[in-house]
Amino acid sequence: MGRTLYDKLWDDHVVHVGDDGTTLLYVDRHLVHEVTSPQAFEGLKLAGRKPWRMDSVVATADHNTPTTDWGRGIAGIVDPVSRLQVETLDANMREFRAKAYFPFLDKRQGIVHVIGPETGATLPGMTVVCGDSHTSTHGAFACLAFGIGTSEVEHVLATQCVNTKKMKNLRVTVDGLLERGVTAKDVALAVIGSIGTAGGTGYAIEFAGGTIRALSMESRMTLCNMAIEAGARSGMVAVDENTIGYLKGRPFAPTGEAWNRAAAYWRTLASDPDARFEREVRLDARALKPQVTWGTSPEMVASIEDRVPDPDKEKDAARREGMERALQYMGLKPNTPIGEIRIDKVFIGSCTNSRIEDLRAAAAVVKGRHVAASVRLALVVPGSGVVKAQAEREGLDRVFRDAGFEWREPGCSMCLAMNADRLEPGERCASTSNRNFEGRQGAGGRTHLVSPEMAAGAAIAGHFVDVRRLG
Amino acid sequence: MEKFTVLNGLVAPLDRANVDTDAIIPKQFLKSIKRSGFGPNLFDAWRYLDHGEPGMDHARRALNPDFVLNQPRFKGASILIARKNFGCGSSREHAPWALLEYGFRCVIAPSFADIFYNNCYKNGLLPVVLPETEVDRLFYDVASFPGFRLIVDLGKQEVSILDASRSAHFEIDAYRKHCLLNGLDEIGLTLTHADKIRSFEARRRERQPWLFS
Repeated sequence: MGRTLYDKLWDDHVVHVGDDGTTLLYVDRHLVHEVTSPQAFEGLKLAGRKPWRMDSVVATADHNTPTTDWGRGIAGIVDPVSRLQVETLDANMREFRAKAYFPFLDKRQGIVHVIGPETGATLPGMTVVCGDSHTSTHGAFACLAFGIGTSEVEHVLATQCVNTKKMKNLRVTVDGLLERGVTAKDVALAVIGSIGTAGGTGYAIEFAGGTIRALSMESRMTLCNMAIEAGARSGMVAVDENTIGYLKGRPFAPTGEAWNRAAAYWRTLASDPDARFEREVRLDARALKPQVTWGTSPEMVASIEDRVPDPDKEKDAARREGMERALQYMGLKPNTPIGEIRIDKVFIGSCTNSRIEDLRAAAAVVKGRHVAASVRLALVVPGSGVVKAQAEREGLDRVFRDAGFEWREPGCSMCLAMNADRLEPGERCASTSNRNFEGRQGAGGRTHLVSPEMAAGAAIAGHFVDVRRLG
Repeated sequence: MEKFTVLNGLVAPLDRANVDTDAIIPKQFLKSIKRSGFGPNLFDAWRYLDHGEPGMDHARRALNPDFVLNQPRFKGASILIARKNFGCGSSREHAPWALLEYGFRCVIAPSFADIFYNNCYKNGLLPVVLPETEVDRLFYDVASFPGFRLIVDLGKQEVSILDASRSAHFEIDAYRKHCLLNGLDEIGLTLTHADKIRSFEARRRERQPWLFS
């Protein structure tokens, strides 16, 4: 019987299988950031162990780093606890030399899930792990990529393996042409709305179908990034010429004869036609409209043409209670048209939507327009220094600045508000990030997840608008 | 890692589905470079009336009287019952660290998010999956009987009420059970396979040299 892409990636990394199926899986690429690694390095040292293969490690500081005042250097990290975390990564990288380290202030620094693919440190066929749930992003390159906890970070450092069990296969097939203004982010939110935030628990998701094949690599990254919001640790897309074309010439991609050998192998990384998936989900892209979340879980999502749902119409008591709690937190009344929800802040960034194509798409919406007077802050935070430089070469920074946006330094920023960028209590934000949990963007803050185009449109109008209708 | 064998503990209820890791331990507390100190900030935004930041004197903060764990009857609880998809969201291991430091050794729910579930085992916190109807019944029991306790016996893979008149079986991987019962260091166990890892790596280096350059 044929194998799925996930089956192939799994089989290719099995080192040892225990009696109960618990498997030692070899790790090719270990991405490291400052928040989930200090305790792992400390644990390693306390146990007197040495890292197994530091040339598998690519590291950066992204969660705590400020997006302003880089001229002040490390002193620009005002919060001493944040600063210590960033300095601890610096110290660990000095002691244990990684393949590459892009520290705070480096011009190639950025969000770990942006710089992996950007540098070619993420390659098809790899297992990629990181102490971060959005590691699923790298699955866009037909990698088996998943988030791990800090104990596992230490385990990978010490053994180059993770102890894990095989997941089940779930294929999400999306067919049909996306309307202009409808994006991979909308596909992701629609899938999560359909299967729920626990719908993918226990599964590895493969995204397939004509719509996915037509997506750029950056859009595929957006999609795989959100797999974890559907409960799946891994999301992935088969290799095609898009994948190979994207990687050619990247700093850590192979060259010469090695490139040819690698590309030939990469082309085998697709599910066999007769492969079996335990679960199949289908989505018609033609019917898809721009999505906006209204609640405190990514599955609480509606289209721009819809209204905020009415809990009274929900029959399931537990769901109704959850909806009521979410609407209360969000300060929304049932049946309010999504297009009438007014926003206070806009955040364009995060490992979901901060790449050059995201910035181009948002800039195209704002060009020649201005942020609404009622919007207190509209932020653009590029995913990396390389993305920022590219955007500046294209003049996108000017487009955003002229429209009243702030153009910031790269990092995770207001996706999770570990640095100074955050919502104040009660503030409402159109955000291109991935989680709308209570307090995620700042205590009491209210997050609506949208695509970059939709965030840009909301910034201009001061409320959500259908970007398909914007000229 | 602390062993887990048999736990006889007071049960506290958290009657919400999709409790995410941002709720379990908010991001401002992830800046610590230590493995400890997270207990006072477990469920911080729900537990206190003010906004919490690292370095605050938590003993002086006003508790939210409406939050279930602040009720005196649940003081000292070591078993938490919750609804489906508990621990969804980020990979932060600070979530199980905070639960453990607060005093929980076991969380019972109809389902857990994968990464959180995995992280629990690395720290001696036992996540128990029981059918939704069984969890429903436990919520009813906790509400009805002040001081309601359960016995969680990992060896027997069984959750039972004190007089043993009712019990429920739960599943756990044999490897995880073995590690938890004996409080084993997983890295040490994996390194017993070091030769296998080295030979796998050598083959891989030969076949896909670009992964090692």
